[in-house]
Amino acid sequence: MPAALRRHGWSYLFVLPTFSFFVVFTLLPVVQAFALSLQSATVVGGEWIGLENYATLADDPVFRQALGNTVLFTAVVVAAQVVLALVVASLIQPLGHKHQTFYRALFYLPLVNSAILVAMVWRWIFNPNPFGLANTALGTIGFGPYLWIGSSDQALLAVILSAVLTIPGGGVVLYSAAMNSLPRELYEAAEVEGAGWFTKWWRITVPLLKPTTLYLVVIYTILAFQVFERVYVMTNGGGPNNATITIVQLIYSTAFQFGRYGLASAMAVVLFLMAVSVAIVQFRSLRSDVEY
Amino acid sequence: MSSTRHRLPVHVLLLVAGLLSLFPLYWLLLTSLSPTQYVVRVPPEIVPRELTFGNYQRLFETTPIVRWLVNTALIAGVITGFHLLFDSMAGYAFAKRRFPARNVMFWLVVSTLTVPAQVTLIPVFFILRTLGLLDTYPGVILPGLADVFGVFLMKQFIQTLPSELEQAARLDGASEWQVYRHIILPLSRPALAVLAIFTFQRYWNAFIFPLVILRDPSKYPVQVGLATLQGEFNTDFGMLMTGAAVAAVPMIAVFFAFQRHFIEGIRVGGVKG
Repeated sequence: MPAALRRHGWSYLFVLPTFSFFVVFTLLPVVQAFALSLQSATVVGGEWIGLENYATLADDPVFRQALGNTVLFTAVVVAAQVVLALVVASLIQPLGHKHQTFYRALFYLPLVNSAILVAMVWRWIFNPNPFGLANTALGTIGFGPYLWIGSSDQALLAVILSAVLTIPGGGVVLYSAAMNSLPRELYEAAEVEGAGWFTKWWRITVPLLKPTTLYLVVIYTILAFQVFERVYVMTNGGGPNNATITIVQLIYSTAFQFGRYGLASAMAVVLFLMAVSVAIVQFRSLRSDVEY
Repeated sequence: MSSTRHRLPVHVLLLVAGLLSLFPLYWLLLTSLSPTQYVVRVPPEIVPRELTFGNYQRLFETTPIVRWLVNTALIAGVITGFHLLFDSMAGYAFAKRRFPARNVMFWLVVSTLTVPAQVTLIPVFFILRTLGLLDTYPGVILPGLADVFGVFLMKQFIQTLPSELEQAARLDGASEWQVYRHIILPLSRPALAVLAIFTFQRYWNAFIFPLVILRDPSKYPVQVGLATLQGEFNTDFGMLMTGAAVAAVPMIAVFFAFQRHFIEGIRVGGVKG
């Protein structure tokens, strides 16, 4: 053992700082989240109660609302983001290098700001007053005014719109990079056959980009599952009648406003399993994928 | 030449989409510069008729915004510094060195890349409470050192470096630390730049962890501080947008200064960054 340590000591020394932080603040906490979810942990202490927290969640209308809102938000936003990223990247593609660089930067710039700031602006845009920007804009074409974040019917819509109305710059950059490495020969062959731009795009570009699409769907899905700041800021943490409550928002309030740590941990485990199952789907389909 | 003409509609479409995406940012700056009586005007004015720094004056006089900005820079800066050192060390070991359990350790690290951070929020809160670190700067900084995106990024990059230089340095009698310090580190500069920018951005913008860990408003980073300015029913949007603008400007400046690295970072490290 001392010999092995002498031989590999440096290697372990190089890995040690990162790995210790990783173990203490990521690995153990993940395990502990599972353990806590099986306890009645509250501010006054707790004991093991088996799956009782999960049974409570299954019967809890607010948790079901949070789960439903999160899934709906994710489905709409991810679909919109992937389609928007693909379309924008396809439009940028034929332009020269300079223009490509300019547009990538233009679409990425809005994303350097924090979710909090972005949500504050959207709260201001979708405020229920007639002077709200969304109401004014729709008013000019004869709609509204709407209550938006002040109404239990429209609050979630406002939150979803705030996410959909931003071009997903990261996706644009990734699609753009992937398109640059597609084989030219296929397009030349298609042109010989007389294919138009739409046929080439739909029959060659889109199928060849499948690995990137899959990656983006997974990453955007996992990110959308974690939606919190928008809801916290735009609708004061859940909106009228919990209209916009999401899983992370409910984890936060259950644990840190109501002190029910065990119950909140069970929700965190549900979130974890949702993310893991999406990641597994990705790895499954990547394995069966043809590499180009 | 005809292709240029065909492209005009494409440019128009892209510019409109880009400006729409940027519009919230414009609206933020505009509101912050508008006199209060115009903030609540019907209809709102897209092009301002009068600009003022009144909101800025009010913000700096009535809130600890400067303190919050300093806190944010301190927290994000310290986390970034440690990540540059530790992630390049670990990335080097995982990329170039052979040692028992290497693959198991790396697999463990990578397998948590997709775990939502909020899953660890409650346990991390308990650990910090046990360590007596709640409501302290180390309490916000230490969990930030656990994220493993940088290890992955550095390993991917260092793997592409040729091994001859290291071996030559070893033959010349360089110690293992010297090999890392004088060969690997200088060659890794492009990846370190990407890592620095992404890490700084991530912790400049962090919200839920500092929100949970910190109690004392004078220790808040700017994102958490701003959120407390927002009342449940009555919100001074002029001042709120001004605070948001002040918090946004440093990130926008960083973006313009290091644009290339942002784009490169997404390409290498993916969207999550």
